[in-house]
Amino acid sequence: MTPTATILGLCYLVAAVLFILCLRGLSSPESARRGLVLGELGMLIAVVGTLLHKDIIRYDWILGGLVLGSGIGIGISAWIPMTKMPERIAFSHAFGGLATALVGVAEYMREAEHLTHFKVGALGFETFLGFLTFTGSLMAYGKLQGVISGAPVTWKGQNFLNIGLFFGSLCAIGVLVAHREMHEVFFGIAGTGLALGVMAVLPIGGADMPVVISLLNSYAGLAACATGFALGSQILIISGALDGSSGLFLSLLMSKAMNRSFANVLFGAFGTAIEPGQAAPQGQAKAYNEATVEDAGAVLKASQSVIFVPGYGMAVSQAQHAVRDLAASLERRGVDVKYAIHPVAGRMPGHMNVLLAEANVPYDKLFDLDDINDDFARTDAVIVVGANDVVNPAAKKDPSSPIYGMPVFNVEQSRSVIVLKRSMNPGFSGVENELFFQPNTMMVLGDAKKTLLAMIGELKEGH
Amino acid sequence: MFNLYVFVLATFVGYQVISRVPPLLHTPLMSGTNAISGISLVASLLAAGSHHSLSQILGFVAVTCATINVVGGFLITDRMLRMFRKPPAPRPLPAGGEQKKVAGGKAS
Repeated sequence: MTPTATILGLCYLVAAVLFILCLRGLSSPESARRGLVLGELGMLIAVVGTLLHKDIIRYDWILGGLVLGSGIGIGISAWIPMTKMPERIAFSHAFGGLATALVGVAEYMREAEHLTHFKVGALGFETFLGFLTFTGSLMAYGKLQGVISGAPVTWKGQNFLNIGLFFGSLCAIGVLVAHREMHEVFFGIAGTGLALGVMAVLPIGGADMPVVISLLNSYAGLAACATGFALGSQILIISGALDGSSGLFLSLLMSKAMNRSFANVLFGAFGTAIEPGQAAPQGQAKAYNEATVEDAGAVLKASQSVIFVPGYGMAVSQAQHAVRDLAASLERRGVDVKYAIHPVAGRMPGHMNVLLAEANVPYDKLFDLDDINDDFARTDAVIVVGANDVVNPAAKKDPSSPIYGMPVFNVEQSRSVIVLKRSMNPGFSGVENELFFQPNTMMVLGDAKKTLLAMIGELKEGH
Repeated sequence: MFNLYVFVLATFVGYQVISRVPPLLHTPLMSGTNAISGISLVASLLAAGSHHSLSQILGFVAVTCATINVVGGFLITDRMLRMFRKPPAPRPLPAGGEQKKVAGGKAS
């Protein structure tokens, strides 16, 4: 080992330790920012160290990429609103996937003939996973952003085609390992990766997005790992493994929160889209209590304890600040206010927590499913802000429901339930929600933010 | 074989550390690990700095993408974490001027 190589190796080792400490810091909100600084430091050390590498002979392209990338990165992170966080995450997975895939292509074009069989195999994996993550994340982004229809797109034989594509590329990687100079096989693998990313995300509906985003997170990590194996770089393997295991952990958590087995999420999420509109016709005749803001205000004035249950609708109408303001006026009246956060509420893990934190809600008021579920029976009023499946009692009682078995909030046990919802339309999951038709439920239809602001006015008026 | 050890152990350590992250911080976790996986920047640098011209161009695009993730990922994670604050004892309601702190200078 030359002295430079030793220094570089040590830099990477320090960086790897700092990355682990960075994640360690995230175990509590107090230590998280300090941890993040360690991660930044680790990255700085790794990048500066790499610039000393003997194989780097020119710096013009590097400098250009660093400057351009930093500019775009700073721009995006400064301007993006918190409600657009899932889109940002999906988009950055796409960038990560593209970067690893292109590195794979570049490495193959440069060195194919001199690489060991094992490394060519790793390059094949890297390129495949990288391109899959790239198009898959772009599809997820398109669905979140509404560029592509958020409804699941399904057709017959879809699963067979996807599984066929997947095993086809595995075989192709096998062929490549044996015949590493076959460029057409390599580009075939790249093409299948691109196609599979599109095909795999197409059948997935908006409500399943937390799982998809976690899985893509995992794939991006695995792609980085494969790069590490191809280049023989431990820092890439370690960082990729950290990213991959966080994706894996979140996917497992999401699958548990939706009562699906992990296998079902891995393969089933790619196909078992809930039939749209299945339960819709029977619901039209049912009666529900449509209430005005005044009615809801009257209920709140008589309440001593209130729990908010936010869902994706809160993000759509950007109502988090209005929620906080209503909570504040309730608290001024001496009401006990809490927030119930379901693991799959919103479009990514932790989505609701971030939005409420943005609105300055102290995090000791936010409660997980298990911690708050027994409190509903003792609560005077629950305000459901744009949540649907996570408060559907059918998940507990009706085995024919597509969401049967999913852990949900016992919202219906509270004295009265106020549901803020845009319309009585069941939404694209098409699952009818019994909660909306119960006698103690008041439906206040309209834009959640406007309704909340009107409720605040209502509370101010009559003391 | 050595690399396989590294991979398995890193996955194990990663899983152990990450399973202690509370749901409250799952979004910052995701964007934080996303920034860390921007480490593929290291490999992109090698591609962009090589003598092979196609590799330079592909490497340039890869460096750009990876840098967006690293810089953007760390900045936005920090922006999120700044919002999670300790519950104040007597709660001052609307956000004061303190909140608008400029992001700490992070260069890569």
